[in-house]
Formats: sequence, C-alpha cells, structure tokens
Amino acid sequence: MADTKIGAYICKGCGIGERLDTAQLAMIAQKEGKAQVVREHEFLCNSQGVEMIKNDIANEGVNHVVIAACSRRSKAETFNFDNVAISRANLREGVIWITPADDDKKEIVQEMAADYVRMGCAESLKMQIPAGNPSHGNNKRILVVGGGVSGMTAAIEASKTGYDVLLVEKTGSLGGWAAKLHKRVPNTEPYANPMDTGVADLIKKIESDKHIKVHLNSTITKTSGAPGQFSADISTESGGTATENIGAIIMASGFTPYDMNKLPHLGAGKSKDVVDQLGLEALAKAANGGPIKRPSDGKIVSSVVFVQCAGQRSDKEGELPYCSGHCCNTSIKQAMYFKDQNKDIDTVVMYTDLRTPGNGEDFYRSAQKKGVIFTKGVASEVVPGSELQVKFQDKILNEDAIAKADLVVLATGQVANSGVDIEQVPQDEPGKWAANKQSVLNMVYRQGKDLPLLKHGFNDSHFICFPYETRRTGIYTAGPVRRPMDMVQAIEDATGAALKAIQAVENASLGRAAHPRSGDLSFPTFRREGCTQCKRCTVECPFGAIDEDEQRYPQFNESRCRRCGTCMGACPVRVISFENYSVDTVGSQIKGVDMPDQFSEKPRILVLACENDAYPALDMAAMNHIQYSAFTRVIPVRCLGSINTIWVTDALNSGYDGVILMGCQKGENYQCHFVKGSEIAHTRMSKIDDTLKQLSLEVERVKTYEVAITDIQRAPALINEMAETIQKIGMSPLKF
Amino acid sequence: MTDLNKVMVEKYRNDFLKEVEANVEEGNWVKMCMQCGVCSGSCPLGPHWEHPPQEIFMMIRAGKRDEVLRSESMWMCTSCYNCIVRCPRELPITHIMHGLANYAHRLGIAPKLNPTRRFAKMFWNNITAGGRVNELKLSVGLYFMDGFASGIKKGLEMLPVGLGMLKTGRLNPFGLFSGGHCKGAGDIRKMIKKAKEIEDKRKGFAA
Ligand code: SF4
Ligand code: SF4
Ligand code: SF4
Ligand code: SF4
Repeated sequence: MADTKIGAYICKGCGIGERLDTAQLAMIAQKEGKAQVVREHEFLCNSQGVEMIKNDIANEGVNHVVIAACSRRSKAETFNFDNVAISRANLREGVIWITPADDDKKEIVQEMAADYVRMGCAESLKMQIPAGNPSHGNNKRILVVGGGVSGMTAAIEASKTGYDVLLVEKTGSLGGWAAKLHKRVPNTEPYANPMDTGVADLIKKIESDKHIKVHLNSTITKTSGAPGQFSADISTESGGTATENIGAIIMASGFTPYDMNKLPHLGAGKSKDVVDQLGLEALAKAANGGPIKRPSDGKIVSSVVFVQCAGQRSDKEGELPYCSGHCCNTSIKQAMYFKDQNKDIDTVVMYTDLRTPGNGEDFYRSAQKKGVIFTKGVASEVVPGSELQVKFQDKILNEDAIAKADLVVLATGQVANSGVDIEQVPQDEPGKWAANKQSVLNMVYRQGKDLPLLKHGFNDSHFICFPYETRRTGIYTAGPVRRPMDMVQAIEDATGAALKAIQAVENASLGRAAHPRSGDLSFPTFRREGCTQCKRCTVECPFGAIDEDEQRYPQFNESRCRRCGTCMGACPVRVISFENYSVDTVGSQIKGVDMPDQFSEKPRILVLACENDAYPALDMAAMNHIQYSAFTRVIPVRCLGSINTIWVTDALNSGYDGVILMGCQKGENYQCHFVKGSEIAHTRMSKIDDTLKQLSLEVERVKTYEVAITDIQRAPALINEMAETIQKIGMSPLKF
Repeated sequence: MTDLNKVMVEKYRNDFLKEVEANVEEGNWVKMCMQCGVCSGSCPLGPHWEHPPQEIFMMIRAGKRDEVLRSESMWMCTSCYNCIVRCPRELPITHIMHGLANYAHRLGIAPKLNPTRRFAKMFWNNITAGGRVNELKLSVGLYFMDGFASGIKKGLEMLPVGLGMLKTGRLNPFGLFSGGHCKGAGDIRKMIKKAKEIEDKRKGFAA
C-alpha cells in the first residue's frame, strides 16, 4: 500500500469560522498533525468542498482524510470516500456549540479545537484503510429449521425474494401446532369470527416452490462455519446424514405447550374434562362444526369455563413467570366455537387481565356480542366431578365464588424449544463435539451448541431493539422460540428474520459486517506471536465469534464478528486490532492532546463515549446548546467493551485530571448494542481503583456511567460534575 | 314478592343477564362492559354508591338479581353523563342506570324509602297531572317529603333563593293555588296511558 498521505480539511461554515481561528488550526494540522495537504473551506460540505477533497484524493494522492468540521454523525454520507481512511475532528457539536462565545473564553475554546485537530490527525496516522474480510463466504442459501407457520413463512418469504431455501422439519409433516388447530384467530376485517388456519395453503405453496427443498423427519446434527459459509449436517430419523452448505440460518423451532399436569389443583390429570387449549382444539376438530362433546362421557357440552393464565404470569416454582400473549385471543376464539354452534351454551372466560394484542380488541367485542361472559377472577381450584366446579375469587365483586361447567379449558403457556442452555450445560472440549439430542443446532462453536438465551428460555438478543438478532451472527430466530406469540406475530417475525438472513448473506459475500455495524469493512486480527493464549477474547466476545484452533490460539471468524472491539478491550497484551480502530488509534489521540502544566489551571478531562448512545447524546446536547467544560476531550468508541484499560492508565499517566467512560445500560434490561460490551467494561473498570492507588491518585478521577441516548441534560452534567470534582481535589500531579 | 316479580323470576330462572337484556332500557349493552372501571372512577357520586356502575354490570352477569334490583345504587345517578362520555366501550351507562331503577320500580322491589325514587314519583305525578312542571308545588312537595318540621326548616333555608326567583319572575307565587296546567292536559294524560299500555305489552308486564 502507498505511504500515508494525510489531507486535513478545516471547515469555516456553521459559525466555525467566526468562533475559531481556523488559520491556526490549519497550521497545527500541518506542523503537528503531519498533514501534507491542508485546506480551509467556507462550507466544506457543499459540492465545491467535497469536489475539492475528491480532487486531492484523485490527483494529490491523499489517502487519509481528516475532516475538521461537524460531528462524525453529521454529513456521514457527504464525507464518505471510497478507499481512504476517514477521521473527523468535531469542531461544531464538540466545540463551538458547547462553549460560550465570550471573549475571555476564546483562548480555551481555541485550545479545545486545536486538540481535536491534533487528535484527528494522530488517529489518521495510525489508521489503515479497511480492505474487507478476505476469507468471506459467498453462499446465499438459507436454512430454515422448523416447519411450522414461522418456518414455512420464512422459507416462502426468502424464496420469493430470490433465495434458495432448505427447510428442515423434525416431524413427518409440515404445519406444526397450527396444523392441529380447528380454526385460527382472525387476521382480517372485521376481526369478528374464527377463520381457516391457512396452513394447507402454506404447505401447498412450499411444495410447489422449486427453490425450497424440504427435509422431513430430520434434525440438525452439526452446524459449523460463519455467515456466507455455514455447513450443516441434516440427519434423518433413519440414520442418513447429508452435509449442506448454507449462508444463513433461521431457527424457527417453535414452542412446546406447558405441561398442564403440573397444575393438578386446576383439575389437570384428575378429570378428563379439564383440557388445555390444544386439547380443546382436538375436541373442536373432532366435532367439525357439530356440538362439542366432552371427553369423559361424550356428553354434549352445555357450559364451559376458560381459565386464563393457567400456570402463567405466576411466581410459583415450576410455573411460567411470563404471559404467552396469544392465549386470551385463543380462548375468545374457542368460546366462539361453542357460541357459534349453539348460542345457549354458557361460556365463561375467567381472566385477571384480558390481553388481546393486534386487532384482538375487536375480536373480544365480537365475543361479547355473541354472549360470551367475561369474569374477572382468579381460579384457585377445579373440583372434578360430573359437573366440574371452578372455585374462584371474583376480583370485581371481591368475593369467593363457584362456577359450574361441563368442561374446563386451561389457557397454559408456550415454552420455547430453544435447545440446550449453554450457560448450564458444560460444553464439549474444542474438537470433540458430539451431537446432542436436545440441541436444535448442535453448533460446534466454542461457546456452546445452541444460541444464548435472553430470558425465560427464549432465544433473542433484545426483544425490542434488535429482534431476530441472536448473539450468533447469521443465525436468526423467528416465532415462539424468540418470544411467546400468536400466529400473526409469528408470520411477521418470520418475514423479518428472512430479511435479516438475506442481509447477512449479502453483507458476508461482500466481506462486510452485519448489524449493527452493517457495511463495516474492518475486522479484528491478532498478532499470534504476542498472544499468551489467555482466552479472554474467546470468552468475552459477546457473539461467539472466536473459536480456538488446534494449537489453542484464538481463531477469529471474521464473518461472525460484529466489530464491537470487545476482544480488543479484553486483550491484556493488546495484540488485537482493527485496521481503522485499534489500541493505537485511540491511544495516539489520548496522547495527542496538548497537556498544560499542573499550574496552568487548565485541567483535562478525557471522555470515552460509546458512539451508539453516549456520543449522540452529547451531540444532541450541543444542538440544544447545553454547555459543558471546555477542558473536555471526547473520543468516541465503538462500544464501551472495546476500551482497553491501558487507555485509562495512559491517560492518567500523561496528566489527565479526570477520565469518564460513558456506555449504554447494562444488566438485565441492557441497551448495549453489543449486548455484553458495557457490562464487561463496567466489570473491568471496577478494578481500576487499584491502578489509581498505585499512581497515588484519587479514585474520584475515574468514573464509569451508563448513559442513554436521551440523556442530553445528564451527559453534559456528568462532565461538569467531574470538572467540579477536579476543582475540589486539585490538578493531577502527573503532568510533565 | 309482587306478582310481576314472581313472573319474571320464573321466566328467566337463573339468567339475570337475559332478563336485563329483555326488560331494561339499553340492557343489551351490559354484556359489552369490559370492566375497566372508568365509569366508576368518573362518577362524581361514585364513592357514595354501594355498587358503582362497573360493579352493577358484573353483578348482573354474575346473576345477582336481588342484590342489584333491591339496591339503592342506580338511584344515585344524577344523569351527569360523565361516564357515558368516557366509557371506552361506549355503553349508555346513564340510561342503563335509569333503566334498572325503572325496572326495579315496576317490579315493585325498589327500595321504598329511596329519596330519588320518591322525588321521581313526585315529579312524574306533577308533570303528568298538568302536562308541565309546577315548580312551586314540586319544591314544596319535596321539602315536606320527610314531614312537616323538616319541611319548614328546609323551606327557610331555601328562602333567599326562593325570593330571588320570585323577584326575577322565575317562580309563580300563585302556582300553589292555580292549576298551571297546559292546554289539553287531559289529552297528554291519555297519550301517556296509551304509551304505557304499549310498553307493558311489549315487555310482558301486562300479565
Ligand atoms: S469481541 Fe466483538 S470485535 Fe471481537 S471478535 Fe467478538 S464480535 Fe468481533
Ligand atoms: S485476549 Fe489476547 S492474549 Fe488472550 S487469547 Fe486473545 S489474543 Fe491472545
Ligand atoms: S367505563 Fe364502560 S367498559 Fe369501563 S367499566 Fe364502565 S361500563 Fe364497563
Ligand atoms: S351519569 Fe350517573 S352514573 Fe354516570 S357518572 Fe353521572 S351520576 Fe355517575
């Protein structure tokens, strides 16, 4: 590659020219920043400005561009040039918008801007132009595991978009639980009556689609590889195994109904006339529009009670703590099976909160019109007998009461078919993988055979922010294995997951990262000679991207990597780096700051801010002209997890008076875009006190915060708090 | 038990909801309540009701016939329409409350001494007698509803209001003596009688 030639461009627009001495900045870029081409421009983002940069790239050999203008979050498209390394010095949001325009502040504001120019150039010097993952795969076929409604929909959607699909189903037929339903909850206007399940149509579509290959009676006995280059062993019940190559995987392994026999107090297992919702579907299917008969003696049912939330939303041991989301609508539908056949049948739905997602409210109203009675109450006991007695607490009338019925239906919940819990089950030694019957995917990843669980046994990485994304790149979940849901949601899910899988294979084929740094061409590499085989990177990578090779060295799977840099932050010997993001690119920025001496009364505060939430929060604070200390120097990081403690130690050693780390919310309700990054950083930083003590520094000088993107008041306040702290405890003695 | 009440109990057996649907004004709305409690929370008199509207609807569905019909609760409604405006299910709650009160009254099981019921009766007699309300007679009647002594007391309390109304011509001082009937009051009475016959027949009260 050609030698580095830095072009630094200083914008005078947006008030930068009025507030700052840009000529001085240009000088700094040239003298200290080693920029060979330096230009000021009235409005760098206009077509002339951009043309000017393009021209320098084409004709002057500029291959590293430093834009000293607005925040990197602004004009990202405008200042995007192919095959050059780009860094941004944030003079607008980072300097002039967060400082007062007073004359007596001019000096420190100019110093702030000058430092950002130094930092931009220093970063640029250490950057390399990312070339894209060289060992990427090109396979674009999609494997769908599970032949229920979710799986079938995902297969059809992917095929419609032009991708080949392999559909693997464990049982002998497609359709899953939906095929066992008499009818389904309506999904079209007027949302008033149960309707045909549509499963037969789906199956027909699959069977007539030549881009979808179906394997029945089959399971996955081995999964290895990475997006664009997965390999899966598909084994049939009879013992045959076929190895197939695919680009991405959609896991739609669905749910198992909660075992109602765990609810004997509600009569399950004690009376044949107590059934779960699927039990009722079987009865309705058998009746086929005629009167529904009860199992014990075949008597035509004349009264039925539906007990909602049976064994769900419960804090009792062995019961489900969550709501399965579909069961209220399902009971409403089932009550209609009775009412539509004979309006004189007494149907009572006993609920604590009727939850009818989607257009269920209309459906609920329709049931009320049909005369279904809804009673707000909690069933405590079902007494078996020829007439069942449901003892319950009426929550409105606040009294104990009894409802009598021929048949009782328990609305039990969904349990995810998520395979083995990799945190509970010990994993095989690398290289000694054996298929496990309980596992869905039988992955040969070092981190475990199945996908990490999020909550309550469901596979996802964030229910709201990143649905379908699991913590294994290129493998997506859809349907009730991801979170409890009904058919409408499962269909939406499957469509979403299919799209994700398509994005994954397309990004992989270009050697680029997938969500959330979609399109990123950089990837982590490590210097083998320096590695001590400590395994921290392998263990801490939130996405299981790093395996171990035969010699027990980390083996990076670039296509699985999300480019968070957590491995880079973890490595004690600092041998992991990206081309454009490394211990050096950030380290040189930290050291690039001009450090005033101890008696100058000009402290320096280093803020390492996560680029996903904290940095935007500071940008937005700037847009609202909320001010913070002009002694601050902010460096965006990919994720708090990428922070190597050496940066903090170096900063303190080189005289910074305070260091603030700002990352996303961690823990159970995390908002970290890389799931574990913020948490890992907090753990690492909990040990920083020892370092501070060794340096004879006050522990208040380093703070780690969880900052949300909405914290536009708080983030600047935290910085100002640090400035006050420094005023109290004094300047760092380590300046030289 | 009054005869009519017996008939109705026999006819609907345990299904009070059906009975309400068939006989109470707007009764077919009762099943549509989703028990959110907005009505009870919106009613200015809510805290004073033994069973606020939401509860009444639940009691109807739970078949608590006697508790509902003999209750004082629906007589508390002042027709402010707060609940109707707010009910997310658009139940005509006010009308149902009056419907229930009226039905209980027709069955002869409404609480005898309920002041609203007594006032309503007084109002009805007053207006149907003359085809228009005789305000003086009505208020005097209302004051003396609970006996002579308390009537005098209430009358004195209201004296300044009454005098004000006199001054502005809002109260006819001779109303107590003159009839104050509208023209053709007799015909109105006939019409009301006929209407009642039709309603009784339709609802099966005629028995
Ligand atoms: S820790 Fe992050 S950057 Fe490192 S390998 Fe894993 S996903 Fe990639
Ligand atoms: S963290 Fe660094 S030293 Fe440890 S195994 Fe990974 S690359 Fe090697
Ligand atoms: S506001 Fe309407 S829906 Fe809510 S409890 Fe009252 S009547 Fe029922
Ligand atoms: S109309 Fe009657 S029931 Fe409704 S809020 Fe007013 S007083 Fe209460």
